[in-house]
Amino acid sequence: MAIHGSLPNPVATACPYCGVGCGVVASVGAAGQVTVAGDPAHPANRGRLCVKGSTLGETVDLEGRLLHPMMRTRTGSMQRVSWDTALDAVADGFQRAIRDGGPDATALYLSGQLLTEDYYVANKLMKGFVGTANVDTNSRLCMASSVAGHRRAFGSDTVPGTYEDLDEADLLILVGSNAAWCHPILWQRMVANQKARGARIVVVDPRRTASAAEADLVLQIRPGADGVLFSGLLVFLADTGALDDAYVAAHTEGLDAALVRAREIAPSIAVTAAATGLAADDVERLFGWFAATPRAVTLYSQGVNQSAQGTDKVSAILNCHLATGRIGRPGMGPFSLTGQPNAMGGREVGGLANMLAAHMGFSAGDIDRVRRFWGAPRMAEREGLKAVQMFEAVAAGAIRALWVMGTNPAASMPRADHVRRALTGLDLLVVSENVLSNDTVNAGAHILLPAAAWGEKDGTVTNSERRITRQRSFLPLPGEVRPDWWILAEVGRRLGFGEAFSWTDPAAIFREHAALSGFENRGTRDFDIAGLAALSDADYAALQPVQWPVRTRSDRRDKRFFGSGGFFTADGRARLVAIAPPALAEATDPARPFLLNTGRLRDQWHTMTRTGKAPTLGRHSPEPCVAIHPADAEAAGLADGDIARLDTAHGTARLRVVHDAGQARGEVFAPIHWTGETSAEARVGALVQAANDPFSGQPEMKATRVALARVPTATDGFVLCRGEAPRIDGLLWTKVAVGGGAGLLFAAPEATDGPALIRRTAGPGTTVAEVGDPARGIYRAAAFRGDRLEAVVFVGPGARAAWNGVQALFGRPVLDAASRRALLSGRSAEGLPDPGPTVCACFSVGLTAVAAAIGAGAADVNAVGRTTKAGTNCGSCRSEIRKLLARTGSPVPA
Amino acid sequence: MSEPLVVIGNGMAAARLVEELGQVALGRHSVLVVGAEPRLAYNRVLLSSVLAGELPVADTELKPLTWWKAQGVTLVYGRRASAIDRESRCVVLEDGTQLPYARLVLATGSDPIRLPKPGMDLPGVVTFRDHDDVGAMLAAAGPATRAVVIGGGLLGIEAACGLAATGTRVTLIHLMDRLMERQLDAEAASLLNAALEARGITVLLGADTAAVEGEGCVEAVRLADGRDLPCDIVVTAVGIRPNATLARAAGLATARGIVVDDHLTTSDPAIHAIGECAEHRGTCYGLVEPAYQQAAILARHLAGMPAAYEGTVLATNLKVSGVPVFSAGDFLGAAGTESIVWRDPGLATYRKLVLRDGALAGAILCGETADAPWYLDLIRSGRPLGPLRDRLIFGQALAEAA
Repeated sequence: MAIHGSLPNPVATACPYCGVGCGVVASVGAAGQVTVAGDPAHPANRGRLCVKGSTLGETVDLEGRLLHPMMRTRTGSMQRVSWDTALDAVADGFQRAIRDGGPDATALYLSGQLLTEDYYVANKLMKGFVGTANVDTNSRLCMASSVAGHRRAFGSDTVPGTYEDLDEADLLILVGSNAAWCHPILWQRMVANQKARGARIVVVDPRRTASAAEADLVLQIRPGADGVLFSGLLVFLADTGALDDAYVAAHTEGLDAALVRAREIAPSIAVTAAATGLAADDVERLFGWFAATPRAVTLYSQGVNQSAQGTDKVSAILNCHLATGRIGRPGMGPFSLTGQPNAMGGREVGGLANMLAAHMGFSAGDIDRVRRFWGAPRMAEREGLKAVQMFEAVAAGAIRALWVMGTNPAASMPRADHVRRALTGLDLLVVSENVLSNDTVNAGAHILLPAAAWGEKDGTVTNSERRITRQRSFLPLPGEVRPDWWILAEVGRRLGFGEAFSWTDPAAIFREHAALSGFENRGTRDFDIAGLAALSDADYAALQPVQWPVRTRSDRRDKRFFGSGGFFTADGRARLVAIAPPALAEATDPARPFLLNTGRLRDQWHTMTRTGKAPTLGRHSPEPCVAIHPADAEAAGLADGDIARLDTAHGTARLRVVHDAGQARGEVFAPIHWTGETSAEARVGALVQAANDPFSGQPEMKATRVALARVPTATDGFVLCRGEAPRIDGLLWTKVAVGGGAGLLFAAPEATDGPALIRRTAGPGTTVAEVGDPARGIYRAAAFRGDRLEAVVFVGPGARAAWNGVQALFGRPVLDAASRRALLSGRSAEGLPDPGPTVCACFSVGLTAVAAAIGAGAADVNAVGRTTKAGTNCGSCRSEIRKLLARTGSPVPA
Repeated sequence: MSEPLVVIGNGMAAARLVEELGQVALGRHSVLVVGAEPRLAYNRVLLSSVLAGELPVADTELKPLTWWKAQGVTLVYGRRASAIDRESRCVVLEDGTQLPYARLVLATGSDPIRLPKPGMDLPGVVTFRDHDDVGAMLAAAGPATRAVVIGGGLLGIEAACGLAATGTRVTLIHLMDRLMERQLDAEAASLLNAALEARGITVLLGADTAAVEGEGCVEAVRLADGRDLPCDIVVTAVGIRPNATLARAAGLATARGIVVDDHLTTSDPAIHAIGECAEHRGTCYGLVEPAYQQAAILARHLAGMPAAYEGTVLATNLKVSGVPVFSAGDFLGAAGTESIVWRDPGLATYRKLVLRDGALAGAILCGETADAPWYLDLIRSGRPLGPLRDRLIFGQALAEAA
């Protein structure tokens, strides 16, 4: 790939993964190779990076990329078309849907991967010009409950604190957050605080996660019981005189009602302990620590948010911080950790169906204000459909045209099989993507639009602490790839709104977005970056990470919120909320006796579109799996490494069983990362129920009842090949990124024809080296073209153990004979003694041993023979040994 | 006083016996060795190296004359023993000399089998057994010469390779459908075939020799299918027959060879037999390793030490440099066995292991034989493989690596 001459190198940009929003410095080498390092100047990470960020350079190749617009032909195949053709078709399709069903027959489903500028254009197009608020995003699955909880308590979607609070806190409580894996850089800051300042870390989670390993107190809580725990805490604080009466009186409303409800739910430590499944001592310790520690931060993530009571869980946490006044001051506050790089930016522009724009809602005043600012002809007048309801409307035929950008709902939505089926019924499914193939693309997309990827796109993102960072391009746009904002604006023009969508660069969009945030704001809205509305193009290009609010160009105030009240409710007071009695949406029953929790692994991110390309990241946990307590596993007849079939009311999956004593009895855990693109039957989204929160619409993705049954398998194995890995019907396969090619791990329900597999994988013109032990079911083969290894197949016992070693050899361009011989053993030839060329064939004595004997003083052929046996049988080699003796000169006399 | 021990035969078995006696029973016997060939004992295995020009003739000598003298051995070579008088316990030489013995060891070796076909007595037809044969071949060898080697066994292949190394244009003909069929399976044999052809040797399989033709000397080999193979020299290497003539004449028990018990003792307690002439438990061996083992056992027995020979699991190493081939035990895999196979055509290697009842029973190695002794030890010990099985095929270093 040619490197664009005008792109600066290296470039400071932002990591595209989690919501920590680390700064990275990307460099492009002479051969186009990309290296990524932490940006020492970025306040989020100060140069540190986690393994996912560190390996970004492994993920920027163009393999599998969508490089040109494509449209489905009458025969069903996808065909390359021009941008004009594709954009006209998108506009036509939307117009047709609007004509037939009104604006609400159309929808956009966006992603926390989009840049703020992309998000802004999408939101403006739909809510101001098409006239519908059917603009939702995968952030709905991520932190919508935090948004709803914030708005209910603060009158705004405000994260009150900053990352510095994590450094300065004395008590850090993680609720439903495995930050060690999912927000590793913040976790490192917290652990550093623990080590340096003695801060205590408490982990509240149904699983004993990697974060629990370093915690001072682990509360392995019953699923869905977080609201009980924090109700109990509120009661305890009230009863022990630990409330901040002055703050409560001056800045809040609703404590009494909230406390009454809390007492109903958790009147005592004993009741709290019983209802949460925790030891009373542990509950008391947490409560005592909280009461005694003003500098307390409660961090929460998907374990709180992804719940049919997620908003109430957030409220239960916020209640405790509001009632103690522990908010908006150094080292204290509630802290929502977002999962995506720009979920916060999406929230800022209003990229959620229940937000309008710039943290404004659907009040008449807000609608009018935004209408005037945009000059909008057709404002959405009410909230649109949230993700779950949006796809229900797709299934019901109410939405006829859907445009999905940068996300994969056919895999990631709850009831994903249902969603995938629903997509096939649309009149128009447009997908803006980086990749040619994923579960959503393959759900019958009519138009594929090639969107710019990380490294190519240019704009801003906002992290969990409200810090805006430029995501800059350092790679040219490949093929006919275009930025999302450009694609959206082109469609806007084709829909007849040319003037409102006439930007020529992201800086102009950002200025408009910043101006809207300040428009008639006057301190009434938390989100205000009016101070950035007049950035020149050069200022925008050079913009340093900046935390909002930025109300004026010289806004240098402390960026925390609410330390002295000032909430964005009508009366300026925060609301404490009486939460509903905590309960799961569904309980187990005898047919489905386990609760399925879902979540993330350390080295993968979302549906692996990017992380799935990095060989380094493929090593940690290469296969889709289900973690289960060993005792439960034993009772269910599931050995570690078996394949289990998971059955819910919504779908099935077949996953590798992992025994994990960190799982509570009766609960199993499955990572969400694999899709139909990367594994045969590991679409965990398909298992998950769609019950969702009444306020946030966020689905309960962490507690679906499930049955587990052992799937008998005949054998395990793997395939390594250059280029694309074959999908093999009948095998439970999983793609794994490996250096120099692609890998496929598989379990086979029936005996596998190994020789056929290597032939199919290697292609013609190769020489196949193979080992077969039919009685043991072992078959291993390696296909070579010259001394270049083209493909490897391992089937049968020992294949799994060999995976890493063989992968290492596969990464080499060519193999020497010793490595080639070692390859099929699955063991490394490294470190094995090299016997040298054989001297004595009868006893296989190599030159190395003969030379060693001579060196040790063997003075003649017989002496060498006595030491090594060389030459003592047939004697053929005696003259050779004699020559070696002569060459060595007179040996040292014995 | 030391008792007279006469050894008939001055080959590799005899030399090793003397050496072993020197180790375990020095001075106990006065040893006399009778040899028909007019030279000191030499290493017959090296004849193919001599033929290939890799080794001077002198280097084939097993021990120098000074060594024999130092051992106190009386050497009587270039003279043939013609009879054994068991009554009077003496060996009678061609010239009538009588050599009395208290113990007699027969190490008379074997003779090449000559095909019972017309023309086998023509000048230019040689066997491949001794220095004279090699001399005859070398005299004829060269780029202008066409040679036909009859017999695709170990010896025939070594002769063919030796001749090919001199530039001689060699055709190797073999009655069976694969080379070394008594040591190799079809796949290994075909690899060997390819290796020989890579050396310029034409290999004809299923080739049944009808006759050697020529007026006064060899001109062609005619095959049963009518093909004529014009040639200047014919080497026959179709097998060996134990040389039991003296023993048979002396009334000792013989079958194919001279029948011996586990102490290498014949039907006459004063007479022993070792090497290719001996038949132990129904087997006549044609390789040097059993002969050496027998020599060592017999030396201990003669020294009055407990020792018994229980047979040798045969292992074959082809001594052709650059074509490593090894075979041992039940390499074909009889009923009730399991086979593990490893092949890499790119490295010209093939490996087959035959397992019976969880132990290694046989092996073929082609192209890479460094692990031969390890496998042979496993075959001979018969020890259960256990978890080693899944790594066995990859050889000792990889299998035993942690």
